[in-house]
Amino acid sequence: MAGGRAKNNVLPGFTPALGYTIFYLSLIVLIPLSALFFKTATLTWDDFVAAVTAPRVLASYRVTFGASLAAAVINGFFGVLVAWVLVRYRFPGKKLIDALVDLPFALPTAVAGITLASIYSQNGWLGRYLEPRGIKVAFTPLGIAVAMVFIGLPFVVRTVQPVLEELDQEIEEAASCLGANRWQTFRRVLLPTMLPAILTGFALSFARAVGEYGSIIFIAGNMPMVSEITPLLIITKLEQYDYAGATAIATVMLVVSFFMLLCINLLQKWSRRFAE
Amino acid sequence: MSIEIQAVSKSFGTFTALKDVSLKVPSGELVALLGPSGSGKTSLLRIIAGLESPDSGRILFDGEEATKRQVQERQVGFVFQHYALFRHMTVFDNIAFGLTVKPKKSRPSKQEIRDKVHNLLKLIQLENLADRYPAQLSGGQRQRVALARALAVEPQVLLLDEPFGALDAKVRLELRRWLRRLHDEIHVTSVFVTHDQEEALEVADRIVVMNEGRIEQEGTPSEVYDRPATPFVYDFLGSVNLFHGRVHEGTAQMAGLDLSSPENASAQDAPAVGYVRSHDIAIERDGNGSGAIKAEVRYLLSVGPLVRVDLVLSGSDRTIEAELPRDEADRLQLQVGEQVYARPRKMRVFVEDYQI
Repeated sequence: MAGGRAKNNVLPGFTPALGYTIFYLSLIVLIPLSALFFKTATLTWDDFVAAVTAPRVLASYRVTFGASLAAAVINGFFGVLVAWVLVRYRFPGKKLIDALVDLPFALPTAVAGITLASIYSQNGWLGRYLEPRGIKVAFTPLGIAVAMVFIGLPFVVRTVQPVLEELDQEIEEAASCLGANRWQTFRRVLLPTMLPAILTGFALSFARAVGEYGSIIFIAGNMPMVSEITPLLIITKLEQYDYAGATAIATVMLVVSFFMLLCINLLQKWSRRFAE
Repeated sequence: MSIEIQAVSKSFGTFTALKDVSLKVPSGELVALLGPSGSGKTSLLRIIAGLESPDSGRILFDGEEATKRQVQERQVGFVFQHYALFRHMTVFDNIAFGLTVKPKKSRPSKQEIRDKVHNLLKLIQLENLADRYPAQLSGGQRQRVALARALAVEPQVLLLDEPFGALDAKVRLELRRWLRRLHDEIHVTSVFVTHDQEEALEVADRIVVMNEGRIEQEGTPSEVYDRPATPFVYDFLGSVNLFHGRVHEGTAQMAGLDLSSPENASAQDAPAVGYVRSHDIAIERDGNGSGAIKAEVRYLLSVGPLVRVDLVLSGSDRTIEAELPRDEADRLQLQVGEQVYARPRKMRVFVEDYQI
């Protein structure tokens, strides 16, 4: 079938290109991921359940997914705001701010982690003002969320920005000619148009936060049951040579992340239903 | 509702879009703003809508000051060149939008909105496409939806910015005739912007010809076409030939002809330009009598019902263009390279100083 299609196709080389794509994806993505499942399969079902539902593990799921979700929601809101400001207004230093948005992409995560830990710690620039007011950031789940917000922000800004740039001003003018006020225009015309991009940014930011390790461990404090993230728990298991236990937890993370992305993709598809 | 524009000026940075423009649009008329791009016609339309505010001057709706009114309060329907439909809404929701954003007090009930939208869908002949999204419609259908959306809020004024500009020729022709019929039915005061003279002549009750931020002439289509007030209007409407010569006390000398030009009776041997429309040039085999110019046929081209003839005036290398009806051309049996006589049936002479 592929051979037949190659004959009819304007672009030559369909068969080798598809073959290479499948080979490459297998090598890079599928084989390592299936290895994870195979390693996990060395456990009995009862051992598996015990490994992934231990109280300490369950607490780490709550911290990781809870903080990631909170961070993605915060990024979803403020990322849109940043993108809006960058697209809609002209002000001095706009280029600089635009470039700053990418910094969390480029910064080594350990650098981000140590920076955040030091400014939010008890003696840090921000921590010394926050802590007397009862807001503890460093070494708490709040600190984890802060780090996740930091690393996830560019995802939302960079996905929403081009959509906003392409938005035709006439759309807003049409809405106001029809009697809509600014809020109605935003709520009923602009937001639905941006929604697919916001959801994409949200999903990317969430996925990144779930997988983040380097920038979090410094600020998290890593107290079991309180501020221990699942990736750290995996490392801990590995250090104790409990490979099967580590992969069991990893499998759970993989499956949960996969389903969350699937849900978000479906939601995104629904929100783009008009663009067929 | 009548619209009155009083001494409106507007500039964008160093570019002056409108210079002291005054205009009255009587209630219930369909008026075309006609001009080349950059002539300020769209700026004027946007100022009427309230999408731009004038630097100076006033806008009156039914004699009432409206310059400071917000867009939302002006009750204007605006149709954009590229439709500006809400692409995440169905055709139905697009048309209903203006009704659903009304404040709770004045908002019609769901059932009333549904009835109204269905009546409008009937009007634009798209009843069975209510659930489609704009991306699934053709250009002509989108433009009709945009028009229905604007009409749903029962505007006092309908403003259309190059409404047919993005459509292909056949759809454009159909849609502008449909717009004319629609206007005859609903009689809402309408202003539309176009750079297509044919469109303006066919659709509008009155035409306002604009150039470089000023109004050159306003009048009915036949007034504007038959009695252009300025060389610009002559040039812009229809294809036209230019003759250079002199005018002295009501007589113009152009291309070796003496032509009477009573409107320039006071001119004293002034340089002048004569304008003759292509279809006002008759071609004759024998040049008996005066008033005809000897010329050679350079090129023949059939364009639908007309035949375009390019003529080179003998004694010069100037080319003029004549348009003959097909049967006239068939009778003459013109050949390329042949000597003929071109007789301008009608010429309008402007003293050159007049030209800006």
